[in-house]
Amino acid sequence: MQFSESWLRAMCNPPLASEELCHLLTMAGLEVEEVESVAPPFTGVVVAQIVSFEKHPNADKLKVCRVDAGQGELLQIVCGAPNVVVGMKAPCALVGAKLPEFQIKPAKLRGVESFGMMCAADELGISQDHAGLMVLPEDAPVGTNLREYLQLDDQKITIKLTPNRADCLSLTGIARELAALTGAPAEFVEPLNTPAVHEHKRQIALDAPEACPRYCGRIITGVNAKAPTPDWMRQRLERCGVRSISAIVDITNYAMLELGQPLHAFDNDTLQGAIHVRWPKSGEKITLLNGQEVEPAANMLLIADEARPLALAGVMGGEGSGVTDETQNVFIESAFFQPDAIVGRARVLGFSSDASHRYERGVDFALAPRAMARATQLIIDLCGGEAGPVVDVVATEQLPSRHSVDFRPARARKVLGFEISDEAMQTSLQRLGMQVDAVGGVMRVTPPSYRFDIEIEEDLIEEVARVYGYDNIQPLPPKGPAKMLASTETLRPVHRLRRQIAARDYQEVISYAFVDEAWERDFAANADPIKLANPIASQMGVMRSSLLGGLVGALATNVRRRASRVRLFEVGRCFAKTQAENAVRGYAQPMRVAALAWGYAAVEQWGQAARRVDFYDIKRDVEVLLGEQASFQRATHSALHPGRCAQILLEGKVVGYMGELHPALVQKYDLTTAPVVFELELDAALISKVPQYQEISRQQSVSRDLALVVQSTVSAQQVLETLTCAGGQNVRAIEIFDVYTGKGIDPDQKSIALRVSLQHSDRTLEEAEIENSMQTLVAAAQTNLGARLRG
Amino acid sequence: MNNLDQLLKDAAAAFAAATDINALEQVKAKFLGKSGSVTELLKGLAKLDPEARKEAGALINRCKKGVEDFLEARREALRTAQLEAQLAAEALDVTLPGRGMGTGGLHPVVRTQERFETLFRSIGFEVAEGPEIEEDWFNFTALNTPDNHPARSMHDTFYIEGAKDVLLRTHTSPVQIRAMKAHVARYANAESMPELRIIAPGRVYRVDSDATHSPMFHQVEGLWVGEDISFAGLKGVIVDFLQRFFETDEMQVRFRPSFFPFTEPSAEIDFAFMSGPNKGRWLEIAGCGMVHPNVLKHGGIDAQRYTGFAFGMGLDRLTMLRYGVNDLRLFFENDQRFLAQFQD
Repeated sequence: MQFSESWLRAMCNPPLASEELCHLLTMAGLEVEEVESVAPPFTGVVVAQIVSFEKHPNADKLKVCRVDAGQGELLQIVCGAPNVVVGMKAPCALVGAKLPEFQIKPAKLRGVESFGMMCAADELGISQDHAGLMVLPEDAPVGTNLREYLQLDDQKITIKLTPNRADCLSLTGIARELAALTGAPAEFVEPLNTPAVHEHKRQIALDAPEACPRYCGRIITGVNAKAPTPDWMRQRLERCGVRSISAIVDITNYAMLELGQPLHAFDNDTLQGAIHVRWPKSGEKITLLNGQEVEPAANMLLIADEARPLALAGVMGGEGSGVTDETQNVFIESAFFQPDAIVGRARVLGFSSDASHRYERGVDFALAPRAMARATQLIIDLCGGEAGPVVDVVATEQLPSRHSVDFRPARARKVLGFEISDEAMQTSLQRLGMQVDAVGGVMRVTPPSYRFDIEIEEDLIEEVARVYGYDNIQPLPPKGPAKMLASTETLRPVHRLRRQIAARDYQEVISYAFVDEAWERDFAANADPIKLANPIASQMGVMRSSLLGGLVGALATNVRRRASRVRLFEVGRCFAKTQAENAVRGYAQPMRVAALAWGYAAVEQWGQAARRVDFYDIKRDVEVLLGEQASFQRATHSALHPGRCAQILLEGKVVGYMGELHPALVQKYDLTTAPVVFELELDAALISKVPQYQEISRQQSVSRDLALVVQSTVSAQQVLETLTCAGGQNVRAIEIFDVYTGKGIDPDQKSIALRVSLQHSDRTLEEAEIENSMQTLVAAAQTNLGARLRG
Repeated sequence: MNNLDQLLKDAAAAFAAATDINALEQVKAKFLGKSGSVTELLKGLAKLDPEARKEAGALINRCKKGVEDFLEARREALRTAQLEAQLAAEALDVTLPGRGMGTGGLHPVVRTQERFETLFRSIGFEVAEGPEIEEDWFNFTALNTPDNHPARSMHDTFYIEGAKDVLLRTHTSPVQIRAMKAHVARYANAESMPELRIIAPGRVYRVDSDATHSPMFHQVEGLWVGEDISFAGLKGVIVDFLQRFFETDEMQVRFRPSFFPFTEPSAEIDFAFMSGPNKGRWLEIAGCGMVHPNVLKHGGIDAQRYTGFAFGMGLDRLTMLRYGVNDLRLFFENDQRFLAQFQD
């Protein structure tokens, strides 16, 4: 809401500078967004009249004027404006005047002396107009300071109102608030009722009283629609951001800005029969004043006559029934529409109007007759005409009413957390227009009709705090029991996991949870993803069921930006349809952690052979994160290389997968080489073991090496499990330290070299025992794996 | 005994001429070996009479000791020289960069989230979570949002296709409701319900995408419900947090009346630094207020006995202000060159 500060001050003028006034409004919840001066600072400019002029002897385009600027004697001023005529009034900057751009001194222009300057509007910074001198009204008093005459010491203030404060969508509303906050007196417009001088009227039928419980209508005959809008009104409208259109439209807008009641003026001669406020009939159409033709939806209330719809109630008038310059008789509408009946309608149609903006939020339901009186008064004053009777139809049952709310001062003090007396609270509420009746220890508070936001005690508590000033509330350290929070060791905090992954050289990313449907097919083999009904773009149309797409997408972005080594991870939610009962309406939303590595294994360096990151590099990262409980099994995954993919298990349960991206996807996403990825259930990745101390043996440990030749299809895990199982208690650890294929080994076989650590718990092992253990291992390998010792 | 002096001189010269340990050992044999000149002199003593032998023996032994001293000194000198040469040869260019694994880092918004959690945990707030695909009831209705509120429209909120009233949460506030319900259920049979203090950071979604809006962004919700929770206490917590988060007391914080369906009284929180590039500018940072009684009721909590405050902040905005990031979209482009700036 934009308004003129001087208009506000005409109603309520507390002793505050502009800046203080704005701060006060902001701190009361009427946030001042912008303050713009009507004119830049200048001095020494007065209203002047051109008494006579003659052509400049030495310049074709210049004129030598004799000007009455109220200085006692006429001034000689040289002027180049094309619109100079004798008798006209225009601003004159006297010698010594300070204009926004320069200062006025006595001057000689082409040999002729000039004592001052006649001004165009742009020279004063009032507008961009430079077509000629700024023309002032004929009745402008010569010699008057222009700033005073045009009220240029004014500012356009724009406030951002929260939706509950529709009562401040008018000058009256803001002045009311200002008076309540400061205690300064306020003078409101109290229009006199214009009595009817004829009997012309229209019947009004409230066909939808639940949406429109009150409608006032009045015919004013014989108006002069071409009458000019007076300057004072035009100026106020413009300073409130409303363009002047014609006197009658301007008057309806002016009354709305002044009081907060939207009004509509119809050309009475275009109407037929009674006015109906009703819901639309199917197939009905209306062309709005903005040229838009709409077929109103069933929930769009109409103003209609007996022939056709005339307007979208509370939103916008229609073409063909509004006032024009030719209008002689007007029908004025001043109505109350329920916010629910208006809210969202304009938005659906793609616009907003001053009327809908107010009705959606709530217009004072007691205001309609007063606004009608005000509009009538202004029309008759400015356009002439004769008023008919006001037809004020009210469906009392549906009209809102204000119920009292009980207010307990002690509760208010408890909720607010500061001391404030009962009396102070009562005064605050009363100043805001509330009726306060003390009943026992409770105040029974009835809000005024213009407040739609006072329904419960807490609403009143807020009002008390607002008038007290949020700024004046001293922050308190809150009090509560000092109880320790859990800090689990069996589940590590997710941020610690993040830091562990980051420490292994991965950078965290955050990707959109809605992705391209193609990603779901490519990276999750998901043909039936969760779709958004209203995605912002088609490539953000479905919810991800895997983090993989986002990581590959981020990789592709970085590759396009010439990155040579990319290592990323993300922790986030994935989404899938499920039958599980604890899911939100059939949507499972597990947290996952995933990572991707691409490019060189090490940071660009000088000291060792560069090598691309591979499956086993990433496997190490997974092993470190999950600990030794994790196991890996060969598996397939549609997005991964079929020979380089493993599923990851914890305690026999699959908790994720890892592998190299499928070559087809590497090509599709322009990656040149394959990234290696893993994705895990976050819950699994968070599992952490509470360490349990094991006695460290004082006995010496011995190690023996063993080289076994097995079929290439035998996995390392099979070998290790077989040997560990057979090893007995003296075998403490078995590590693979080499895998060899090539010369000396059959092409379908491989040699695995193992280091076996042996130790007895309480004495030194004897050579025979060691030998015995090793033979047991070899025998098990032979029997279970078909292995032989490498010669 | 001139020949002994000469011998000593010869030995010193011969040792000095040896340039390494091996050469020195060979030269040593010439003097101290089995047929070395000193050894020969000692052998010659046998031919002398006892008196003369005693005197000559002393002289020769003194000479031998002198040779040995020269030898040891030379050995030491050679060893030192050799070590120095070795050390010199082994010198590295210490200005060459180290090698091996690099380091990654957290996303800046997560970094902020972690700090946020740390600060609030220090005064007893637990971290709570909630689903991102959420029911209309939790996201709107339970939070006292009217049925016709514009935020519910498809213009503002993402809805799931083919599911009635299922949406992507537009704020972290529904976690308030879930947390309250869970809390109430947990203490259903207890004599009294302990107070509830949670924060809920997470992703939220709105149909909005331009230079200053991302369709997905981050919020953190705070909620404290108890028997003695006041608006002044809320102000205390917020002021404390902002000063700790930005690590300065040189800051002004103000509460401005505002409106949210789920709080009453409500406030918008602005703060201004008293120094630095944003000096004196009021920066909007959060919305907050006392939990609306209808919201407490929807959470299953007796709104007469308990009061609560709640606040919601933008993690992305906190991050931007903290680290001087001027474009929200950078957080979601996942450009390594941007992200790597936030490694610790």
